[in-house]
Amino acid sequence: MIKAILIFNNHGKPRLSKFYEHYSEDTEQQIIRETFHLVSKRDENVCNFLEGGMLIGGSENKLIYRHYATLYFVFCVDSSESGLGILDLIQVFVETLDKCFENVCELDLIFHVDKVHNILAEMVMGGMVLETNMNEIITQVDAQNKMEKSEAGIAGAPARAVSAVKNMNLPEMPRNINIGDISIKVPNLPSFK
Amino acid sequence: MPAPIRLRELIRTIRTARTQAEEREMIQKECAAIRSSFREEDNTYRCRNVAKLLYMHMLGYPAHFGQLECLKLIASQKFTDKRIGYLGAMLLLDERQDVHLLMTNCIKNDLNHSTQYVQGLALCTLGCMGSSEMCRDLAGEVEKLLKTSNSYLRKKAALCAVHVIRKVPELMEMFLPATKNLLSEKNHGVLHTSVVLLTEMCERSPDMLLHFRKLVPQLVRILKNLIMSGYSPEHDVSGISDPFLQVRILRLLRILGRSDDDSSEAMNDILAQVATNTETSKNVGNAILYETVLTIMDIKSESGLRVLAINILGRFLLNNDKNIRYVALTSLLKTVQTDHNAVQRHRSTIVDCLKDLDVSIKRRAMELSFALVNGNNIRGMMKELLYFLDSCDPEFKADCASGVFLAAEKYAPSKRWHIDTIMRVLTTAGSYVRDDSVPNLIQLITNSVEMHAYTVQRLYKALLDDISQQPLVQVSSWCIGEYGDLLVSGQCEEEEPIQVTEDEVLDVLEGLLVSNLSTPVTRGYSLTAIMKLSTRFSSVNRIKKVVSIYGSICLQMYSYSLQVQSTHPPCFTGSIYTSSLFYRFNLHVLYYLVSLLFQANDLLDLLGGNDVVPVIQTTLPTKPASAGGELLDLLGDLSLSSRTSLSLFLSFSFSHSPVITIHATNTTEADMTEFVFQAAVPKTFQLQLLSPSSNIVPALNQGSVTQVIRVLNPQKQQLRMRVKLTYTHKGSPIQDLAEVNNFPPQSWQ
Repeated sequence: MIKAILIFNNHGKPRLSKFYEHYSEDTEQQIIRETFHLVSKRDENVCNFLEGGMLIGGSENKLIYRHYATLYFVFCVDSSESGLGILDLIQVFVETLDKCFENVCELDLIFHVDKVHNILAEMVMGGMVLETNMNEIITQVDAQNKMEKSEAGIAGAPARAVSAVKNMNLPEMPRNINIGDISIKVPNLPSFK
Repeated sequence: MPAPIRLRELIRTIRTARTQAEEREMIQKECAAIRSSFREEDNTYRCRNVAKLLYMHMLGYPAHFGQLECLKLIASQKFTDKRIGYLGAMLLLDERQDVHLLMTNCIKNDLNHSTQYVQGLALCTLGCMGSSEMCRDLAGEVEKLLKTSNSYLRKKAALCAVHVIRKVPELMEMFLPATKNLLSEKNHGVLHTSVVLLTEMCERSPDMLLHFRKLVPQLVRILKNLIMSGYSPEHDVSGISDPFLQVRILRLLRILGRSDDDSSEAMNDILAQVATNTETSKNVGNAILYETVLTIMDIKSESGLRVLAINILGRFLLNNDKNIRYVALTSLLKTVQTDHNAVQRHRSTIVDCLKDLDVSIKRRAMELSFALVNGNNIRGMMKELLYFLDSCDPEFKADCASGVFLAAEKYAPSKRWHIDTIMRVLTTAGSYVRDDSVPNLIQLITNSVEMHAYTVQRLYKALLDDISQQPLVQVSSWCIGEYGDLLVSGQCEEEEPIQVTEDEVLDVLEGLLVSNLSTPVTRGYSLTAIMKLSTRFSSVNRIKKVVSIYGSICLQMYSYSLQVQSTHPPCFTGSIYTSSLFYRFNLHVLYYLVSLLFQANDLLDLLGGNDVVPVIQTTLPTKPASAGGELLDLLGDLSLSSRTSLSLFLSFSFSHSPVITIHATNTTEADMTEFVFQAAVPKTFQLQLLSPSSNIVPALNQGSVTQVIRVLNPQKQQLRMRVKLTYTHKGSPIQDLAEVNNFPPQSWQ
């Protein structure tokens, strides 16, 4: 079972925190800080497995993390999950985010944290892996986003207009209208006298 | 009232804050706006407000006032509202709040909604944070959805069922009929979650396990299809078809095949196939291989398969990927008990891992190396392990040293090798050796009678080099005290005997007494050694002189300790209770002195008058008397393993009157902080306390706090002092009071 999924940046600021076990709000913040402290100490070329900190269950639980540019993706799991499998799952998650946000970067996660939650909800449910097929996940997330948009009413008009233009199928406008060499025979008109 | 700002605006605003205080201010302002908006029961913007609240919650600010709003959102008809509402419920609510039960009806309705995505939201929320009451109420709905043909819902229902079973195990039976044709699904998502559900049921109930054993052929077939199916773009991850599903199935097979011959038989072929055909160049392949290995080791597989599995693990150890190496070492540690010989074959690779840069790998390799040591490889392994001990991080040294001692004790090929190994450990990692090793080592040395001369010689030489490592010094002083005559007479067979005189030996031991590096315990050992040598050496006068100087201080400390003991019961830890060890030493010193006293009367003068001796005689509690009986045995064979819990040790030193210096040392494993020494004296005295060196007494005798006291005693009366010590130890504040009456006359005259 996955106990928690945390995303934070190189300075420890949380970008996403999802707990699948009950902790009080204070404990949750402490766990984020403790995990950041443990993970940030790690060198770049050591293995991606760590024993959990005391707050999250100590040596019973493992922290499996991956460091992408400015972000740490940390999954805290217990012994029933395959460590190497979780590493692959993190990879799938990040690739999914990449597809949904088009070259995802930290800013995307900052400003669209609710969307990240929605994507995650299609992958992991109740601490267990739900779906690992990237295309399937994206299809479902898109369908739900569409439902939201259709409900948005007048306030969603600008957004709808933008997406409509994006999806519009315009024929290719020719750049040079090259009619080619047409020999237009000019008729010999009699001159009016 | 203007429309509440969007989430994006809020995020942008918060990001402009330059300090924590600024951020807090912005958030408080926004919280106030949100609160008033909630009060107005504004339906249009509730969704936006809750979204902002969830963001602030992630940053660590309180958001509990939004809980009811989440419920209102869930009850709304709009999908947008429901989405945020359910997300809020998952993040903000849990079974500790009564409010969550109000969700039950909403979820029930949503589970039967016409839109699959709404049903999905409800299942998701129930599966994440549903309490036992909610699960009981809604289990029927979940069970219905488990039988639906909609694969999107079916997979969610399966995981929701797992959650329900975890919360209310009695309901497991209810889901049994629905599992009948779960495995005939084509959709991988459903297959995956179904396998998870089956795994959960099998792990929880042996009856279920028996029932589902008949599924083994079907699982084997699915696995076979995955491997043989060739390239399938939907499920491909780095060239392997749905590795997640393969791993899950392998895990379920492991549970089903455990302790059952028939099932294990049915799996053998497929396991061999997976083990040999899987691509190992990427992590995915290795994940599958690893799971296969674990399964092979756990079920009743044939021996050929087991050897194959261990060889795969051995290959993992050579892999460049650190994760694989770590994971392989962990599994080998688990299997070394059952398949010892097979793991032995990979010993050299494991020992190489000791040199890895990664701390986690080094630790695993060390544990595994110790598990692999046996009578045949002890010499080679010990060489590697001692080399590791030299160069490893301090966090490993204590464990490694203990491991070396244990291994040496079990498999030492010869006594000399054993003693050499111990010497090596003491000299390289002496300060990390556990306290109880010292008495064990002394026991060992005593028992190897023929090695005494060699041992004492080597230890003496080690002492000449380095006196900072306390365990080494303690063992050495003890040996010199015991076998000093062998040392001086130069009778060593094992190696070139060294020429050393009695005076040189006494120089070294005296050096230990005065050195700042020596802890009180070490001083005790060296003093005892000196005294023991009085029976073995001829220069008794010198010994007497040394003993008199230090003996009086010892007696002070001893009588002080008696004083303290009479006011505190022995079981009260954290008091100024000198260790029974030092206590015994002081007693030892005392009895020795007394015995010397009867041999040479002039010693009485050296002890400084009549004040001291009567005190000892009258205030001796019965405990030391019985200790005295053993004491004579102590002289011969110090079994010092019975050490009670130690704490603070306070010693007074008197360099010249009227200055007294106190030294506080701490023999426990935790520092004593906020240490304050206070003293009170009778009216006729004046006391001046100068500032202490620090207020932290470091653990394990790593340093001491000193404080100078000036006593003005115009009436030249017997000095008495009441002492109060306050400090914090392991988080709890401790206070100690004691009275000291036995200051030697030199200090106040």
